[in-house]
Amino acid sequence: MMRATGLTKTFNPGTPIETRALRGLDLEIPQGQFVTVIGSNGAGKSTFLNAISGDLIVDEGRLEIAGRDVTRQNAWQRAGLVARVFQDPMAGTCEGLTIEENLALAMSRGQRRGFRAAANASERDFFRSKLATLKLGLENRLADRMGLLSGGQRQAVSLLMASLQPSQILLLDEHTAALDPRTAAFVLELTDSIVKEQQLTTLMVTHSMRQALDHGERTIMLHQGRVVLDVSGDERAHMDVPDLLAMFERVRGEAISDDALLLD
Amino acid sequence: MSMISLLGALEIGLIFALVALGVLISFRILNFPDLTADGSFPLGGAVAAVMIVAGQDPWLATFCGMLAGALAGLLTAWLHVRLGILQLLASILVMIGLYSINLRVMGAPNVPLIGEPTVFSPIVGDNFEAQAWLQPLVLVGVLLVVKLLLDVYFVSQSGLAMRATGANARMARAQGIATDRMVLAGMALSNALIALAGALYVQTQGGADISMGIGTIVVGLAAVIIGETILPARAIYLVTLAAALGALLYRLLIALALNADFIGLQAQDLNLITAVLVGFALVLPMIKRKLMPKKRSANPAAAASNKKEAAK
Ligand SMILES: Nc1ncnc2c1ncn2[C@@H]1O[C@H](COP(=O)(O)OP(=O)(O)OP(=O)(O)O)[C@@H](O)[C@H]1O
Ligand SMILES: [Mg+2]
Repeated sequence: MMRATGLTKTFNPGTPIETRALRGLDLEIPQGQFVTVIGSNGAGKSTFLNAISGDLIVDEGRLEIAGRDVTRQNAWQRAGLVARVFQDPMAGTCEGLTIEENLALAMSRGQRRGFRAAANASERDFFRSKLATLKLGLENRLADRMGLLSGGQRQAVSLLMASLQPSQILLLDEHTAALDPRTAAFVLELTDSIVKEQQLTTLMVTHSMRQALDHGERTIMLHQGRVVLDVSGDERAHMDVPDLLAMFERVRGEAISDDALLLD
Repeated sequence: MSMISLLGALEIGLIFALVALGVLISFRILNFPDLTADGSFPLGGAVAAVMIVAGQDPWLATFCGMLAGALAGLLTAWLHVRLGILQLLASILVMIGLYSINLRVMGAPNVPLIGEPTVFSPIVGDNFEAQAWLQPLVLVGVLLVVKLLLDVYFVSQSGLAMRATGANARMARAQGIATDRMVLAGMALSNALIALAGALYVQTQGGADISMGIGTIVVGLAAVIIGETILPARAIYLVTLAAALGALLYRLLIALALNADFIGLQAQDLNLITAVLVGFALVLPMIKRKLMPKKRSANPAAAASNKKEAAK
């Protein structure tokens, strides 16, 4: 369960380049729900996800994850609750470390790290069995550096890393955007199966309306730092891309005229 | 070159292997360009020398020198992490400040240790002829212990967290690693090792001198770079080995250059030799590539499985 109330975030306040990225964003996601997020460039999607992960601290509002108030906690303090996969395949892993070391790092996400060896034989076996489920042949390459893998392979491993420890929310920010269509489809399929298997509460940002409707069970749209559209259930089941696009255009138009009114 | 000067080069090389390990931690593992070394090396030496003169146990004095170095590293890291001062600048500030502190600690520009007990005295005893090779032997022991401890640490959960902090801090935080604390701890460790080297150095050289720290960081970096060139490796136990070997090789080459009378080099040419050596080590990988251009893929297995994925 995640509850965001009245989140605001302004970059460079009081300067000519001031940007109000979040403007009172409210959203509640029940346990186990898979939500897709759409919105135009600069709508505040990444800012919202960074606010949830603690990469940035909001100016106002309140953020609860699994009933805990995490509003003022920084990223590493929240890591036990939040798992994430970045858009850039380089960002979510350490390319200089081996596949095994990357997995070992993720294996102790949100836990105390002591002086015992990062991976023992049984953990190595566990990593191999997990990697085998990806069907990429990576189970025989534990000692290879992460930097040797292709972008798609790295995103697949990143997903695996995000799922090694239980989390209260999984954040995916356009995690297939840097991949070619076939690899993107593979990583999306993998996402679906991991989310389903572990019943993860998930927030997935995508630029594709098709993906937004085909995956998960609820779709929200952000615009100018607020949730302006929220569809789920029957309404969503009967929706197609043109319907969503029409709503998108309508809401956007209204939002703009709203702002125009405010200016008057 | 005489046996004595060879052993002398070995002795200093072993001490600077500790400096190289410290520099490896800051520059390579934490990705923190740190010049504190020029201050923490003499700090370790000053604290150890003053305590020995005051009648303290040499090992305790050495340990306290190490602790002082750890504090210096901690201060540099704190200036960066908490106050947001640029890494290089933070370390320069601490280095400059330490010059005055070292003078305060020593109470004079130099503290002689002639006739005082050192960590080597119990082993060397009255056997002054054997001193030339017994001292390096003790240093080999110290270096081995430090290297093995580092090897064990850097494959532990905590050590891996430190490596991740330097490699990709954002990812590290997303994994729940308190990256700020890791930088503080790593910088303390790095400068503790450099100060340990300083503490041992004064005990082999018969005293501490205020100017003994000049160029420490350059020598440490030279050792790391030379090590990486002769032994390019990823596994951490090879990386630490390479840094230590780099330091030994560096001192050996310096000794050879200074001893070859026909070149006409003298002690004051040391810095120039260092610059040339490091420059050479830096371009060596490029020369290697030019000489062996045929090697296409460094890892054929990776290339093959990439193809497999593409074919899917
Ligand atoms: N660190 C930052 N400093 C200054 N401005 C920022 C920063 N991060 C985001 N912004 C601004 O905040 C606004 C929202 O950005 P955000 O990245 O959240 O958009 P987005 O919805 O993810 O867009 P995209 O679809 O392009 O990824 C943009 O106008 C952006 O320029
Ligand atoms: Mg974005």
